[in-house]
Amino acid sequence: MRTLIIAEHNGQHLNEQVARAVTAAQQWQQPVDVLIAAAQPDALAAQAATLQGVSSVLVASDAALQHPTAEHLADIIVPLAANYTVVLAAHSAFSKNVLPRVAALLDVNMLSDVLEIVNTNTYVRGIYAGNVLATVQNRDAIQVLTVRGSKFAAAATGAAAEVKAITTPAAPAGSRWISEAFNKSERPALTAAKVVVSGGRALGSADAFAQVIAPLADKLHAAIGASRAAVDAGYAPNDLQVGQTGVVVAPELYIAVGISGAIQHAYGMKDSKVVVAINQDPEAQIFKIADYGLVADLFEVVPQLTAAL
Amino acid sequence: MKALVAIKRVVDYNIQVRVKADGSNVDIDGVKMGINPFDENAIEEAIRLKEKGIVTEIVAVTIGGAANQDILRHALAMGADRAMLVETQETLHSLGVAKVLKALVEREQPQLILLGKQAIDDDAGQTGQMLAALLKLPQATYASQITIEGNQATVVREIDGGTQTLAVSLPAVITADLRLNEPRYVKLPNLMMARKKPLENVPLDSLSVSLTHNVQQLKVATPPERPAGIMVKDVNELLSKLRTHEGIIG
Ligand SMILES: Cc1cc2nc3c(=O)[nH]c(=O)nc-3n(C[C@H](O)[C@H](O)[C@H](O)COP(=O)(O)OP(=O)(O)OC[C@H]3O[C@@H](n4cnc5c(N)ncnc54)[C@H](O)[C@@H]3O)c2cc1C
Repeated sequence: MRTLIIAEHNGQHLNEQVARAVTAAQQWQQPVDVLIAAAQPDALAAQAATLQGVSSVLVASDAALQHPTAEHLADIIVPLAANYTVVLAAHSAFSKNVLPRVAALLDVNMLSDVLEIVNTNTYVRGIYAGNVLATVQNRDAIQVLTVRGSKFAAAATGAAAEVKAITTPAAPAGSRWISEAFNKSERPALTAAKVVVSGGRALGSADAFAQVIAPLADKLHAAIGASRAAVDAGYAPNDLQVGQTGVVVAPELYIAVGISGAIQHAYGMKDSKVVVAINQDPEAQIFKIADYGLVADLFEVVPQLTAAL
Repeated sequence: MKALVAIKRVVDYNIQVRVKADGSNVDIDGVKMGINPFDENAIEEAIRLKEKGIVTEIVAVTIGGAANQDILRHALAMGADRAMLVETQETLHSLGVAKVLKALVEREQPQLILLGKQAIDDDAGQTGQMLAALLKLPQATYASQITIEGNQATVVREIDGGTQTLAVSLPAVITADLRLNEPRYVKLPNLMMARKKPLENVPLDSLSVSLTHNVQQLKVATPPERPAGIMVKDVNELLSKLRTHEGIIG
Protein backbone atom coordinates (compact mmCIF):
# COMPACT_ATOMS: atom_id res chain seq x y z
CA MET A 1 0.00 0.00 0.00
CA ARG A 2 0.96 3.64 -0.37
CA THR A 3 0.97 6.96 1.45
CA LEU A 4 -0.55 10.09 -0.08
CA ILE A 5 0.58 13.61 0.86
CA ILE A 6 -1.69 16.52 0.05
CA ALA A 7 0.62 19.36 -0.99
CA GLU A 8 -0.07 22.95 -0.07
CA HIS A 9 1.18 25.64 -2.42
CA ASN A 10 0.47 29.20 -3.51
CA GLY A 11 0.28 28.49 -7.22
CA GLN A 12 4.01 29.10 -7.76
CA HIS A 13 5.82 27.48 -4.87
CA LEU A 14 5.31 24.43 -2.75
CA ASN A 15 4.85 25.34 0.87
CA GLU A 16 8.07 24.49 2.72
CA GLN A 17 6.01 22.30 5.06
CA VAL A 18 5.46 19.75 2.26
CA ALA A 19 9.07 18.58 2.60
CA ARG A 20 8.44 18.05 6.32
CA ALA A 21 5.33 16.00 5.63
CA VAL A 22 7.45 13.83 3.31
CA THR A 23 9.78 13.07 6.22
CA ALA A 24 6.83 12.21 8.48
CA ALA A 25 5.46 9.91 5.77
CA GLN A 26 8.63 7.76 5.78
CA GLN A 27 7.42 6.25 9.08
CA TRP A 28 5.14 3.89 7.17
CA GLN A 29 7.94 2.46 5.03
CA GLN A 30 5.82 2.32 1.93
CA PRO A 31 5.85 4.35 -1.29
CA VAL A 32 4.96 8.02 -0.82
CA ASP A 33 3.04 9.96 -3.45
CA VAL A 34 2.44 13.69 -3.43
CA LEU A 35 -0.75 15.19 -4.83
CA ILE A 36 -0.46 18.54 -6.58
CA ALA A 37 -3.85 20.05 -7.35
CA ALA A 38 -3.41 23.30 -9.24
CA ALA A 39 -4.47 25.35 -12.25
CA GLN A 40 -0.89 25.38 -13.57
CA PRO A 41 0.69 22.40 -11.88
CA ASP A 42 3.82 21.77 -13.95
CA ALA A 43 6.36 23.83 -12.00
CA LEU A 44 4.86 22.70 -8.70
CA ALA A 45 4.98 19.06 -9.73
CA ALA A 46 8.62 19.50 -10.74
CA GLN A 47 9.41 20.92 -7.30
CA ALA A 48 7.67 18.03 -5.54
CA ALA A 49 9.43 15.47 -7.74
CA THR A 50 12.82 16.60 -6.41
CA LEU A 51 11.97 15.70 -2.80
CA GLN A 52 13.91 12.66 -1.55
CA GLY A 53 11.52 9.93 -0.49
CA VAL A 54 8.77 10.71 -2.98
CA SER A 55 7.84 7.86 -5.35
CA SER A 56 5.51 9.71 -7.64
CA VAL A 57 3.77 13.03 -8.01
CA LEU A 58 0.09 12.94 -8.92
CA VAL A 59 -1.14 15.96 -10.79
CA ALA A 60 -4.72 17.17 -10.77
CA SER A 61 -5.15 20.09 -13.11
CA ASP A 62 -8.20 22.29 -13.56
CA ALA A 63 -8.73 26.03 -14.01
CA ALA A 64 -10.90 26.06 -10.86
CA LEU A 65 -7.88 24.90 -8.84
CA GLN A 66 -6.45 28.41 -9.10
CA HIS A 67 -8.43 28.87 -5.90
CA PRO A 68 -9.45 25.42 -4.76
CA THR A 69 -12.32 24.85 -2.37
CA ALA A 70 -12.32 22.10 0.26
CA GLU A 71 -15.25 20.52 -1.57
CA HIS A 72 -13.33 20.28 -4.84
CA LEU A 73 -10.14 18.98 -3.23
CA ALA A 74 -12.06 16.34 -1.28
CA ASP A 75 -13.73 15.18 -4.50
CA ILE A 76 -10.26 14.80 -6.04
CA ILE A 77 -8.70 13.00 -3.07
CA VAL A 78 -11.47 10.59 -2.08
CA PRO A 79 -11.47 8.49 -5.29
CA LEU A 80 -7.68 8.08 -4.96
CA ALA A 81 -7.95 6.70 -1.44
CA ALA A 82 -8.58 3.11 -2.56
CA ASN A 83 -4.83 2.87 -3.28
CA TYR A 84 -3.72 4.40 0.00
CA THR A 85 -3.59 3.45 3.65
CA VAL A 86 -2.31 6.84 4.76
CA VAL A 87 -3.44 10.32 3.71
CA LEU A 88 -1.50 13.11 5.37
CA ALA A 89 -0.55 16.76 5.19
CA ALA A 90 1.34 19.28 7.27
CA HIS A 91 -1.04 20.98 9.70
CA SER A 92 -2.15 24.40 8.45
CA ALA A 93 -5.29 26.43 7.76
CA PHE A 94 -5.32 24.77 4.34
CA SER A 95 -5.05 21.13 5.42
CA LYS A 96 -7.26 21.36 8.48
CA ASN A 97 -10.01 22.68 6.26
CA VAL A 98 -9.75 19.87 3.70
CA LEU A 99 -8.70 16.66 5.47
CA PRO A 100 -11.62 16.30 7.91
CA ARG A 101 -13.91 16.49 4.90
CA VAL A 102 -11.90 13.74 3.21
CA ALA A 103 -11.94 11.57 6.34
CA ALA A 104 -15.70 11.85 6.78
CA LEU A 105 -16.32 10.95 3.13
CA LEU A 106 -14.12 7.88 3.67
CA ASP A 107 -15.98 7.14 6.93
CA VAL A 108 -12.75 7.13 8.93
CA ASN A 109 -11.51 9.15 11.89
CA MET A 110 -8.80 11.76 11.62
CA LEU A 111 -6.05 12.95 13.94
CA SER A 112 -5.08 16.62 13.80
CA ASP A 113 -1.74 18.26 14.46
CA VAL A 114 0.18 15.09 15.30
CA LEU A 115 3.45 15.77 17.11
CA GLU A 116 4.96 12.31 17.00
CA ILE A 117 4.26 9.15 15.02
CA VAL A 118 4.78 6.26 17.47
CA ASN A 119 3.99 3.52 14.96
CA THR A 120 1.82 3.02 11.91
CA ASN A 121 -1.42 3.72 13.75
CA THR A 122 -0.42 5.36 17.03
CA TYR A 123 0.39 9.01 17.55
CA VAL A 124 1.11 11.64 20.16
CA ARG A 125 -0.81 14.89 19.93
CA GLY A 126 -1.52 17.82 22.22
CA ILE A 127 -4.88 18.36 23.89
CA TYR A 128 -6.07 21.17 26.19
CA ALA A 129 -3.94 23.76 24.41
CA GLY A 130 -0.92 21.49 24.55
CA ASN A 131 -1.06 21.17 28.34
CA VAL A 132 -1.51 17.43 27.97
CA LEU A 133 0.04 15.00 25.51
CA ALA A 134 -2.28 12.19 24.46
CA THR A 135 -1.13 8.94 22.87
CA VAL A 136 -3.89 7.86 20.52
CA GLN A 137 -4.40 4.76 18.42
CA ASN A 138 -6.52 4.78 15.27
CA ARG A 139 -7.47 1.33 13.95
CA ASP A 140 -9.22 2.62 10.84
CA ALA A 141 -8.12 1.08 7.55
CA ILE A 142 -7.06 4.47 6.19
CA GLN A 143 -5.07 6.74 8.47
CA VAL A 144 -5.94 10.39 7.86
CA LEU A 145 -3.83 12.92 9.75
CA THR A 146 -2.13 16.30 9.79
CA VAL A 147 1.33 16.59 11.33
CA ARG A 148 3.04 19.54 13.04
CA GLY A 149 5.68 20.51 10.49
CA SER A 150 8.21 21.83 13.00
CA LYS A 151 8.48 18.36 14.57
CA PHE A 152 9.86 16.84 11.36
CA ALA A 153 12.96 17.82 9.42
CA ALA A 154 12.50 18.85 5.80
CA ALA A 155 13.24 16.09 3.28
CA ALA A 156 16.28 16.79 1.09
CA THR A 157 15.96 17.57 -2.59
CA GLY A 158 17.79 16.07 -5.57
CA ALA A 159 15.43 13.22 -6.45
CA ALA A 160 13.49 12.81 -9.68
CA ALA A 161 10.18 11.13 -8.98
CA GLU A 162 7.83 10.32 -11.84
CA VAL A 163 4.97 12.73 -12.49
CA LYS A 164 1.55 11.34 -13.44
CA ALA A 165 -1.62 13.19 -14.41
CA ILE A 166 -4.83 12.01 -12.78
CA THR A 167 -8.41 12.60 -13.82
CA THR A 168 -9.81 15.66 -12.13
CA PRO A 169 -13.51 15.89 -11.33
CA ALA A 170 -15.12 19.26 -11.99
CA ALA A 171 -15.49 21.71 -9.12
CA PRO A 172 -18.80 21.12 -7.34
CA ALA A 173 -21.33 23.93 -7.35
CA GLY A 174 -22.33 25.49 -4.05
CA SER A 175 -19.12 27.18 -3.07
CA ARG A 176 -17.35 29.95 -4.93
CA TRP A 177 -14.04 31.71 -4.29
CA ILE A 178 -14.43 35.49 -4.33
CA SER A 179 -11.20 37.02 -3.15
CA GLU A 180 -8.15 36.76 -0.97
CA ALA A 181 -6.25 39.41 0.92
CA PHE A 182 -2.75 38.61 2.07
CA ASN A 183 -0.87 40.85 4.41
CA LYS A 184 2.14 41.69 2.29
CA SER A 185 5.42 41.76 4.08
CA GLU A 186 9.08 41.56 3.18
CA ARG A 187 9.70 39.62 6.35
CA PRO A 188 10.09 35.85 6.51
CA ALA A 189 6.88 33.85 7.00
CA LEU A 190 5.99 33.34 10.64
CA THR A 191 6.11 29.55 10.45
CA ALA A 192 9.42 29.50 8.59
CA ALA A 193 11.34 32.26 10.38
CA LYS A 194 14.44 31.49 12.47
CA VAL A 195 13.67 34.41 14.75
CA VAL A 196 10.26 35.68 15.81
CA VAL A 197 9.65 38.91 17.72
CA SER A 198 6.15 39.00 19.19
CA GLY A 199 4.34 41.88 20.80
CA GLY A 200 1.45 41.83 23.23
CA ARG A 201 -1.24 44.07 24.61
CA ALA A 202 1.42 46.16 26.34
CA LEU A 203 2.39 47.74 23.01
CA GLY A 204 -0.83 49.70 23.18
CA SER A 205 -1.09 50.67 19.50
CA ALA A 206 -0.32 49.69 15.92
CA ASP A 207 2.14 52.61 15.89
CA ALA A 208 4.07 51.08 18.75
CA PHE A 209 4.30 47.82 16.79
CA ALA A 210 5.77 49.77 13.88
CA GLN A 211 8.11 51.84 16.04
CA VAL A 212 9.25 49.36 18.68
CA ILE A 213 8.75 45.81 17.39
CA ALA A 214 9.44 46.28 13.68
CA PRO A 215 12.96 47.80 14.01
CA LEU A 216 14.04 44.95 16.28
CA ALA A 217 12.56 42.41 13.87
CA ASP A 218 14.40 44.12 11.00
CA LYS A 219 17.74 43.90 12.77
CA LEU A 220 17.21 40.20 13.50
CA HIS A 221 15.66 39.35 10.08
CA ALA A 222 12.77 38.13 12.15
CA ALA A 223 9.10 37.53 11.52
CA ILE A 224 6.68 39.51 13.67
CA GLY A 225 4.15 37.73 15.85
CA ALA A 226 1.49 38.93 18.25
CA SER A 227 -0.69 37.82 21.13
CA ARG A 228 -4.41 37.55 20.69
CA ALA A 229 -4.93 40.61 22.85
CA ALA A 230 -2.72 42.63 20.48
CA VAL A 231 -4.56 41.29 17.43
CA ASP A 232 -8.02 41.83 18.91
CA ALA A 233 -7.10 45.41 19.74
CA GLY A 234 -6.01 45.97 16.14
CA TYR A 235 -2.32 46.52 16.88
CA ALA A 236 -1.34 43.68 14.53
CA PRO A 237 -3.10 41.78 11.72
CA ASN A 238 -4.96 38.54 12.50
CA ASP A 239 -2.57 36.23 10.72
CA LEU A 240 0.25 37.20 13.09
CA GLN A 241 -1.50 35.67 16.10
CA VAL A 242 0.65 33.04 17.76
CA GLY A 243 -1.10 30.42 19.86
CA GLN A 244 -3.78 27.79 20.22
CA THR A 245 -6.06 29.57 17.81
CA GLY A 246 -3.42 31.18 15.67
CA VAL A 247 -0.14 29.92 14.31
CA VAL A 248 2.22 27.54 16.07
CA VAL A 249 5.87 28.53 15.70
CA ALA A 250 9.13 26.90 16.77
CA PRO A 251 11.96 29.27 15.79
CA GLU A 252 15.55 29.27 17.06
CA LEU A 253 14.77 32.44 19.01
CA TYR A 254 11.40 33.75 20.19
CA ILE A 255 11.28 37.16 21.83
CA ALA A 256 8.04 37.86 23.70
CA VAL A 257 7.60 41.56 24.34
CA GLY A 258 4.87 42.70 26.73
CA ILE A 259 3.11 39.34 26.60
CA SER A 260 1.83 37.75 29.81
CA GLY A 261 2.23 34.16 28.61
CA ALA A 262 -1.33 32.81 28.87
CA ILE A 263 -1.56 29.06 28.17
CA GLN A 264 -3.21 29.74 24.83
CA HIS A 265 -0.25 31.85 23.77
CA ALA A 266 2.35 29.47 25.21
CA TYR A 267 0.85 26.67 23.10
CA GLY A 268 2.01 28.48 20.00
CA MET A 269 5.63 29.15 20.97
CA LYS A 270 6.88 26.90 23.74
CA ASP A 271 8.71 24.61 21.32
CA SER A 272 10.99 27.50 20.36
CA LYS A 273 14.65 26.72 20.98
CA VAL A 274 15.40 29.85 23.00
CA VAL A 275 12.69 32.05 24.50
CA VAL A 276 13.40 35.59 25.67
CA ALA A 277 10.71 37.44 27.63
CA ILE A 278 10.59 41.16 28.29
CA ASN A 279 7.88 42.12 30.74
CA GLN A 280 7.63 44.65 33.53
CA ASP A 281 5.76 42.27 35.83
CA PRO A 282 8.21 39.87 37.55
CA GLU A 283 5.30 37.50 38.26
CA ALA A 284 4.26 37.19 34.57
CA GLN A 285 3.66 33.58 33.44
CA ILE A 286 5.89 34.07 30.43
CA PHE A 287 8.97 34.01 32.69
CA LYS A 288 8.18 30.39 33.57
CA ILE A 289 8.80 29.31 30.00
CA ALA A 290 11.52 31.83 29.14
CA ASP A 291 15.21 30.90 28.97
CA TYR A 292 16.11 34.54 29.54
CA GLY A 293 13.84 36.97 31.31
CA LEU A 294 14.24 40.71 31.58
CA VAL A 295 11.96 42.60 33.96
CA ALA A 296 11.76 46.04 32.40
CA ASP A 297 9.63 48.58 30.59
CA LEU A 298 9.60 47.43 27.00
CA PHE A 299 9.53 51.00 25.67
CA GLU A 300 12.87 51.55 27.32
CA VAL A 301 14.73 48.30 26.70
CA VAL A 302 13.53 47.20 23.25
CA PRO A 303 14.98 50.29 21.55
CA GLN A 304 18.19 49.72 23.55
CA LEU A 305 18.31 46.14 22.32
CA THR A 306 17.69 47.23 18.73
CA ALA A 307 20.42 49.84 18.96
CA ALA A 308 22.91 47.37 20.43
CA LEU A 309 22.52 44.87 17.58
CA MET B 1 -34.55 30.83 7.94
CA LYS B 2 -33.79 28.36 10.66
CA ALA B 3 -30.31 28.18 12.18
CA LEU B 4 -28.95 25.14 13.98
CA VAL B 5 -25.99 25.78 16.27
CA ALA B 6 -23.98 22.85 17.63
CA ILE B 7 -22.20 23.51 20.91
CA LYS B 8 -19.91 21.59 23.26
CA ARG B 9 -19.33 21.61 27.00
CA VAL B 10 -15.63 21.88 27.82
CA VAL B 11 -13.32 22.65 30.73
CA ASP B 12 -13.24 26.41 31.32
CA TYR B 13 -10.44 28.00 29.30
CA ASN B 14 -8.82 29.51 32.39
CA ILE B 15 -8.19 26.12 33.94
CA GLN B 16 -5.02 24.18 33.49
CA VAL B 17 -6.12 20.55 33.57
CA ARG B 18 -4.14 17.84 35.33
CA VAL B 19 -3.33 14.33 34.28
CA LYS B 20 -4.58 11.47 36.52
CA ALA B 21 -1.80 9.74 38.47
CA ASP B 22 -2.18 6.53 36.43
CA GLY B 23 -1.96 8.44 33.13
CA SER B 24 -5.28 7.00 31.95
CA ASN B 25 -6.92 10.34 31.30
CA VAL B 26 -7.14 13.96 32.35
CA ASP B 27 -8.74 14.60 35.72
CA ILE B 28 -11.74 16.85 35.23
CA ASP B 29 -13.74 15.82 38.29
CA GLY B 30 -15.15 18.92 39.93
CA VAL B 31 -13.46 21.22 37.42
CA LYS B 32 -15.36 24.29 36.20
CA MET B 33 -17.02 23.58 32.87
CA GLY B 34 -18.60 25.89 30.34
CA ILE B 35 -19.50 26.39 26.74
CA ASN B 36 -16.64 26.12 24.26
CA PRO B 37 -15.62 29.73 23.44
CA PHE B 38 -15.87 29.34 19.67
CA ASP B 39 -19.35 27.85 20.02
CA GLU B 40 -20.39 30.95 21.92
CA ASN B 41 -19.30 32.97 18.88
CA ALA B 42 -21.48 30.70 16.73
CA ILE B 43 -24.55 31.28 18.92
CA GLU B 44 -23.89 35.00 19.06
CA GLU B 45 -23.75 35.15 15.28
CA ALA B 46 -27.06 33.31 14.94
CA ILE B 47 -28.63 35.77 17.39
CA ARG B 48 -27.29 38.78 15.49
CA LEU B 49 -28.66 37.34 12.25
CA LYS B 50 -32.01 36.93 13.99
CA GLU B 51 -31.85 40.53 15.20
CA LYS B 52 -31.31 41.53 11.57
CA GLY B 53 -34.44 39.62 10.58
CA ILE B 54 -32.54 37.04 8.54
CA VAL B 55 -32.73 34.10 10.91
CA THR B 56 -36.17 33.34 12.32
CA GLU B 57 -35.46 30.46 14.69
CA ILE B 58 -32.32 29.30 16.51
CA VAL B 59 -31.97 25.71 17.67
CA ALA B 60 -28.99 24.95 19.93
CA VAL B 61 -27.92 21.30 20.10
CA THR B 62 -25.37 19.23 21.93
CA ILE B 63 -24.49 15.62 22.63
CA GLY B 64 -23.37 14.03 25.90
CA GLY B 65 -24.43 13.53 29.51
CA ALA B 66 -27.28 15.25 31.34
CA ALA B 67 -24.85 17.87 32.67
CA ASN B 68 -24.86 19.37 29.19
CA GLN B 69 -28.18 20.98 29.96
CA ASP B 70 -26.29 23.88 31.53
CA ILE B 71 -24.66 24.99 28.28
CA LEU B 72 -27.96 24.59 26.44
CA ARG B 73 -29.60 26.83 29.07
CA HIS B 74 -26.75 29.27 28.55
CA ALA B 75 -27.44 29.27 24.80
CA LEU B 76 -31.15 29.78 25.46
CA ALA B 77 -30.36 32.63 27.84
CA MET B 78 -28.19 34.26 25.16
CA GLY B 79 -31.14 34.12 22.76
CA ALA B 80 -31.55 30.69 21.18
CA ASP B 81 -35.21 29.70 20.85
CA ARG B 82 -35.05 26.04 21.74
CA ALA B 83 -32.51 23.35 22.50
CA MET B 84 -31.95 19.66 21.97
CA LEU B 85 -29.77 17.30 23.98
CA VAL B 86 -28.83 13.95 22.50
CA GLU B 87 -28.04 12.12 25.69
CA THR B 88 -25.27 9.53 25.77
CA GLN B 89 -22.43 8.53 28.09
CA GLU B 90 -20.21 7.25 25.29
CA THR B 91 -16.89 8.88 24.54
CA LEU B 92 -17.32 11.12 21.56
CA HIS B 93 -15.11 11.70 18.59
CA SER B 94 -15.52 14.21 15.81
CA LEU B 95 -16.84 11.72 13.25
CA GLY B 96 -19.45 10.28 15.63
CA VAL B 97 -20.56 13.77 16.64
CA ALA B 98 -20.83 14.74 12.97
CA LYS B 99 -23.03 11.69 12.34
CA VAL B 100 -25.38 12.61 15.19
CA LEU B 101 -25.51 16.22 14.01
CA LYS B 102 -26.29 15.03 10.49
CA ALA B 103 -29.34 13.18 11.82
CA LEU B 104 -30.45 16.32 13.68
CA VAL B 105 -29.98 18.47 10.58
CA GLU B 106 -32.04 16.04 8.54
CA ARG B 107 -34.80 16.27 11.12
CA GLU B 108 -34.71 20.04 11.54
CA GLN B 109 -33.83 21.10 7.97
CA PRO B 110 -31.99 24.32 8.93
CA GLN B 111 -30.66 26.63 6.22
CA LEU B 112 -27.73 27.69 8.32
CA ILE B 113 -25.60 25.29 10.36
CA LEU B 114 -23.15 26.98 12.70
CA LEU B 115 -20.40 25.49 14.87
CA GLY B 116 -17.25 26.71 16.58
CA LYS B 117 -14.07 26.12 14.58
CA GLN B 118 -12.57 23.87 17.24
CA ALA B 119 -13.17 22.70 20.79
CA ILE B 120 -10.54 23.81 23.28
CA ASP B 121 -10.39 20.40 25.00
CA ASP B 122 -9.40 17.99 22.21
CA ASP B 123 -8.33 20.78 19.81
CA ALA B 124 -9.34 18.55 16.88
CA GLY B 125 -11.15 21.15 14.75
CA GLN B 126 -12.90 18.61 12.55
CA THR B 127 -16.60 18.40 13.33
CA GLY B 128 -17.86 21.19 11.05
CA GLN B 129 -15.97 19.96 8.01
CA MET B 130 -17.04 16.36 8.68
CA LEU B 131 -20.67 17.38 9.08
CA ALA B 132 -20.54 19.34 5.81
CA ALA B 133 -19.06 16.28 4.09
CA LEU B 134 -21.70 13.88 5.42
CA LEU B 135 -24.48 16.27 4.40
CA LYS B 136 -22.77 16.93 1.04
CA LEU B 137 -23.07 20.63 1.76
CA PRO B 138 -20.68 23.51 1.15
CA GLN B 139 -18.45 24.51 4.06
CA ALA B 140 -16.93 27.80 5.16
CA THR B 141 -14.57 27.37 8.11
CA TYR B 142 -12.83 29.94 10.37
CA ALA B 143 -15.40 32.65 9.65
CA SER B 144 -14.59 36.16 10.84
CA GLN B 145 -17.51 37.74 8.96
CA ILE B 146 -20.78 36.36 7.61
CA THR B 147 -23.14 38.24 5.29
CA ILE B 148 -26.35 36.60 4.14
CA GLU B 149 -28.28 37.69 1.09
CA GLY B 150 -31.09 35.51 -0.15
CA ASN B 151 -29.86 32.00 -0.54
CA GLN B 152 -26.18 32.81 -0.27
CA ALA B 153 -23.74 33.45 2.54
CA THR B 154 -20.60 35.44 1.88
CA VAL B 155 -18.00 34.43 4.42
CA VAL B 156 -14.66 36.03 5.21
CA ARG B 157 -12.37 33.23 6.43
CA GLU B 158 -9.17 33.54 8.42
CA ILE B 159 -6.39 31.66 6.64
CA ASP B 160 -2.61 31.55 7.02
CA GLY B 161 -1.20 34.91 5.95
CA GLY B 162 -4.50 36.74 5.52
CA THR B 163 -8.16 36.24 4.71
CA GLN B 164 -10.21 34.57 2.01
CA THR B 165 -13.76 35.38 0.98
CA LEU B 166 -16.06 32.59 -0.18
CA ALA B 167 -19.68 32.60 -1.32
CA VAL B 168 -21.58 29.48 -0.31
CA SER B 169 -25.11 28.59 -1.27
CA LEU B 170 -27.40 27.71 1.61
CA PRO B 171 -27.87 25.39 3.32
CA ALA B 172 -24.22 25.38 4.35
CA VAL B 173 -22.01 24.63 7.33
CA ILE B 174 -20.08 27.59 8.74
CA THR B 175 -17.57 27.43 11.60
CA ALA B 176 -16.86 30.46 13.77
CA ASP B 177 -13.52 32.00 14.59
CA LEU B 178 -13.07 34.15 17.69
CA ARG B 179 -13.09 37.40 15.77
CA LEU B 180 -16.52 36.76 14.26
CA ASN B 181 -18.11 38.75 17.08
CA GLU B 182 -18.00 39.36 20.80
CA PRO B 183 -20.53 37.14 22.58
CA ARG B 184 -22.98 38.98 24.84
CA TYR B 185 -23.02 38.49 28.57
CA VAL B 186 -25.90 36.52 29.96
CA LYS B 187 -27.85 38.41 32.61
CA LEU B 188 -29.71 36.72 35.43
CA PRO B 189 -33.23 37.58 34.17
CA ASN B 190 -32.33 35.97 30.84
CA LEU B 191 -31.28 32.82 32.63
CA MET B 192 -34.63 32.78 34.44
CA MET B 193 -36.49 33.26 31.17
CA ALA B 194 -34.42 30.56 29.51
CA ARG B 195 -35.88 28.02 31.93
CA LYS B 196 -39.21 28.43 30.19
CA LYS B 197 -37.80 27.77 26.74
CA PRO B 198 -38.11 24.23 25.36
CA LEU B 199 -35.22 21.82 25.92
CA GLU B 200 -35.88 18.49 24.30
CA ASN B 201 -34.15 15.24 25.14
CA VAL B 202 -33.55 13.28 21.97
CA PRO B 203 -32.74 9.62 22.62
CA LEU B 204 -29.67 8.53 20.70
CA ASP B 205 -31.55 5.37 19.62
CA SER B 206 -34.18 7.44 17.83
CA LEU B 207 -31.47 8.73 15.47
CA SER B 208 -30.12 5.29 14.48
CA VAL B 209 -26.52 6.52 14.59
CA SER B 210 -23.75 4.31 15.90
CA LEU B 211 -21.04 6.00 17.95
CA THR B 212 -18.64 3.05 17.89
CA HIS B 213 -15.32 4.06 16.47
CA ASN B 214 -11.76 2.89 16.02
CA VAL B 215 -9.95 5.59 17.95
CA GLN B 216 -8.63 4.89 21.40
CA GLN B 217 -6.70 7.09 23.77
CA LEU B 218 -3.98 4.87 25.17
CA LYS B 219 -2.51 7.26 27.72
CA VAL B 220 -2.00 10.88 28.58
CA ALA B 221 1.03 12.65 30.01
CA THR B 222 2.16 16.09 31.07
CA PRO B 223 4.59 17.54 28.54
CA PRO B 224 8.17 17.93 29.71
CA GLU B 225 8.64 21.34 31.29
CA ARG B 226 11.09 23.77 29.83
CA PRO B 227 14.12 23.89 32.10
CA ALA B 228 14.04 26.92 34.37
CA GLY B 229 15.46 30.00 32.73
CA ILE B 230 17.47 32.81 34.21
CA MET B 231 16.69 36.46 34.80
CA VAL B 232 19.08 38.96 33.28
CA LYS B 233 19.55 42.44 34.71
CA ASP B 234 19.76 44.45 31.51
CA VAL B 235 20.03 44.46 27.73
CA ASN B 236 23.81 44.00 27.78
CA GLU B 237 23.62 40.86 29.86
CA LEU B 238 20.82 39.52 27.64
CA LEU B 239 22.89 40.12 24.52
CA SER B 240 26.00 38.53 25.92
CA LYS B 241 23.99 35.42 26.91
CA LEU B 242 22.48 35.16 23.46
CA ARG B 243 25.88 35.63 21.85
CA THR B 244 28.11 33.49 23.99
CA HIS B 245 25.78 30.82 25.31
CA GLU B 246 23.37 30.42 22.47
CA GLY B 247 25.27 31.73 19.47
CA ILE B 248 22.05 32.58 17.72
CA ILE B 249 22.72 36.23 17.12
CA GLY B 250 25.83 37.68 15.61
C1 LIG C 1 -10.50 30.19 23.28
C2 LIG C 1 -9.35 31.09 23.45
C3 LIG C 1 -8.31 31.03 22.55
C4 LIG C 1 -7.21 31.88 22.67
N1 LIG C 1 -6.21 31.77 21.77
C5 LIG C 1 -5.13 32.58 21.90
C6 LIG C 1 -4.04 32.49 20.98
O1 LIG C 1 -4.05 31.73 20.02
N2 LIG C 1 -2.97 33.31 21.17
C7 LIG C 1 -2.91 34.21 22.21
O2 LIG C 1 -1.90 34.93 22.32
N3 LIG C 1 -3.92 34.30 23.07
C8 LIG C 1 -5.04 33.52 22.94
N4 LIG C 1 -6.06 33.66 23.81
C9 LIG C 1 -6.03 34.78 24.77
C10 LIG C 1 -5.18 34.53 25.99
O3 LIG C 1 -5.94 33.86 26.96
C11 LIG C 1 -4.69 35.87 26.58
O4 LIG C 1 -5.81 36.68 26.89
C12 LIG C 1 -3.76 36.66 25.65
O5 LIG C 1 -2.72 35.83 25.19
C13 LIG C 1 -3.19 37.83 26.40
O6 LIG C 1 -2.41 38.63 25.54
P1 LIG C 1 -1.23 39.53 26.12
O7 LIG C 1 -0.26 38.65 26.81
O8 LIG C 1 -0.73 40.37 25.01
O9 LIG C 1 -2.01 40.49 27.11
P2 LIG C 1 -1.98 40.56 28.68
O10 LIG C 1 -2.31 39.28 29.28
O11 LIG C 1 -2.79 41.75 29.03
O12 LIG C 1 -0.46 40.84 29.02
C14 LIG C 1 0.19 42.03 28.78
C15 LIG C 1 1.53 41.93 29.50
O13 LIG C 1 2.29 43.08 29.22
C16 LIG C 1 3.00 43.46 30.39
N5 LIG C 1 3.29 44.89 30.25
C17 LIG C 1 2.44 45.95 30.30
N6 LIG C 1 3.09 47.10 30.06
C18 LIG C 1 4.39 46.79 29.85
C19 LIG C 1 5.55 47.55 29.53
N7 LIG C 1 5.49 48.88 29.36
N8 LIG C 1 6.71 46.89 29.38
C20 LIG C 1 6.79 45.55 29.55
N9 LIG C 1 5.71 44.78 29.83
C21 LIG C 1 4.53 45.38 29.98
C22 LIG C 1 2.09 43.12 31.53
O14 LIG C 1 2.83 42.92 32.71
C23 LIG C 1 1.41 41.84 31.02
O15 LIG C 1 2.11 40.69 31.46
C24 LIG C 1 -7.16 32.82 23.72
C25 LIG C 1 -8.20 32.88 24.63
C26 LIG C 1 -9.29 32.04 24.51
C27 LIG C 1 -10.39 32.13 25.49
